[in-house]
Amino acid sequence: MITFEGLEKEYRTKDKTFKALNGINLTIEKGEIFGVIGFSGAGKSTLIRCVNFLEKPTGGRVLVDGQDLLTLTPANIRKVKRNIGMVFQHFNLLQSKTVFANIAMPLVLEGAPKKQIKQRVEELLKFVGLSDKAGAYPEQLSGGQKQRVGIARALATQPSILLCDEATSALDPQTTGSILKLLKKINAEYKITILMITHEMSVIRDVCDKVAVIEGGEIIESGTVFDIFSNPQTKTAQNFVHSVLNDSIPESVRNLVQEHNPNGKLFKINFVGASSGQPLLSKIAKKFDVDINVLFGNITELQGVPFGHLIVELRGQENEIKRAYLHIQQENVSIREVIADAS
Amino acid sequence: MRVSNEEIIEAFWETISMVSISLLFAVIIGLPLGILLVVTRKGHLFENRFIFSILSTVVNIFRSIPFIILMVAIVPLTRLLVGSSIGTAAAVVPLVFYSGPYIARLIENSLLEVDSGVIEAAEAMGATPFQIIFRFLIPEALSSLILEITIATIGLIGASAMAGAVGGGGLGDLAITYGYQRFDTQVMVITVVILILMVQGMQTFGNILAKKIRRN
Ligand SMILES: Nc1ncnc2c1ncn2[C@@H]1O[C@H](COP(=O)(O)OP(=O)(O)OP(=O)(O)O)[C@@H](O)[C@H]1O
Ligand SMILES: [Mg+2]
Repeated sequence: MITFEGLEKEYRTKDKTFKALNGINLTIEKGEIFGVIGFSGAGKSTLIRCVNFLEKPTGGRVLVDGQDLLTLTPANIRKVKRNIGMVFQHFNLLQSKTVFANIAMPLVLEGAPKKQIKQRVEELLKFVGLSDKAGAYPEQLSGGQKQRVGIARALATQPSILLCDEATSALDPQTTGSILKLLKKINAEYKITILMITHEMSVIRDVCDKVAVIEGGEIIESGTVFDIFSNPQTKTAQNFVHSVLNDSIPESVRNLVQEHNPNGKLFKINFVGASSGQPLLSKIAKKFDVDINVLFGNITELQGVPFGHLIVELRGQENEIKRAYLHIQQENVSIREVIADAS
Repeated sequence: MRVSNEEIIEAFWETISMVSISLLFAVIIGLPLGILLVVTRKGHLFENRFIFSILSTVVNIFRSIPFIILMVAIVPLTRLLVGSSIGTAAAVVPLVFYSGPYIARLIENSLLEVDSGVIEAAEAMGATPFQIIFRFLIPEALSSLILEITIATIGLIGASAMAGAVGGGGLGDLAITYGYQRFDTQVMVITVVILILMVQGMQTFGNILAKKIRRN
């Protein structure tokens, strides 16, 4: 478990100080995959680096399994660090060492016996699917393979926490997918808590249980991935959701509607899980005296549950539209009226 | 030619021993100095402005004195250390003082080239500062260190010839006393050719070693 309590980080340069983190409060529960998303310079790296003390907090606290690193001796801090694996955007592998030696490094540092190192490294190589690359050097590997080595190295000491700072940002979409799958597998098989930093909402969508949005050194929104996707509160969160779930009505469609029916009412209906399979719209059309015009739709999957929305136009008597609207609400489906430029 | 083959061979070995002994001591001094110049920098493992400034200034002072002047300037020290100010052993002292600080700078440069991400990874793994230096920094810089030391060795070969001119023996001595003062062009040509071959050989050896060691 990781707890941030009013965490602050100030960078002092010659003539001014810059507050990169400004009172972060956040709890990452044991065993969850927690994503932090934000634009460049928001303070993501600073935040994650405070967890394993690559940066010293200048205010507030970070508790790792209840321990405040600020109160520990350097030797004990190093011990805690061995319980926290870290994966980097640019892999940070030793170019002069083989894949085997890179993965073995954390074990060599703690003076593990050779036999045990060999056994553990081979196990890890198998786990990340690189058994045939043990003797290769990093420069002979693809980006995805390098990151697998980075991940294996981070897991060498059997940590309970894994920190990923933009672990997929240097990779192409397909490789990103395979690395994310690997991270999920790690989380599931070893019950490792994963804190990951990214600027890509698709990464959050694909692997995270919870997400926090960081901006200007502050957490401006946090919750389950589901909540943030279905109901983003801040402009920034909305933009991130938009980046993977385009729900604005195309201009051409909007123009068409306005030309033909300036009084038409537009609604956005969110489908979640089972409700997305229901023939809701045809039921409405039969039950009420309204015409339904589907303008735009989008469906995706969040943590294995279908999730999506439709933008529909309801035509008919004001009264009937209202009744249809209330009925949809009763079915526990989120619906709200949108203006033509809609989001 | 008024010089026997034996004399040339002897001079050659004098140069070799002068260079290798000086190199040994220069590396013994330069390596820790170079490491210190890196790790006492701002934001590094043992950040210490005081030590860094002092070391850096001392290195700069030695680096700015031309060898021929350094040689004369430290004669008292040379006398103290080897009991004489002429001869091959006496030439080693100024050569070490000339080359040590130079090697420190070269080593500093190679170590600074190591990707800071690697050091970050080491810190994240909970490596001790000494582990960071000896298990990360130096192995990652090793091949460039070898190339830098090759350059320093070539500089030493040149400087040793100069030391020879003031009684240090070796190929430089031979070239000056016979080739220059007694106008024996043949001796001059032979010593120059030997020096060229030594430098070429050294550079080739350094290149091969660095290439081999890039992966260790
Ligand atoms: N060592 C430092 N000294 C001074 N300012 C720093 C330092 N490190 C980071 N900053 C500043 O702190 C802010 C947050 O930096 P940080 O690296 O955490 O951003 P980020 O969200 O990770 O961005 P990116 O997506 O580009 O990696 C930035 O404005 C940056 O300029
Ligand atoms: Mg960053």
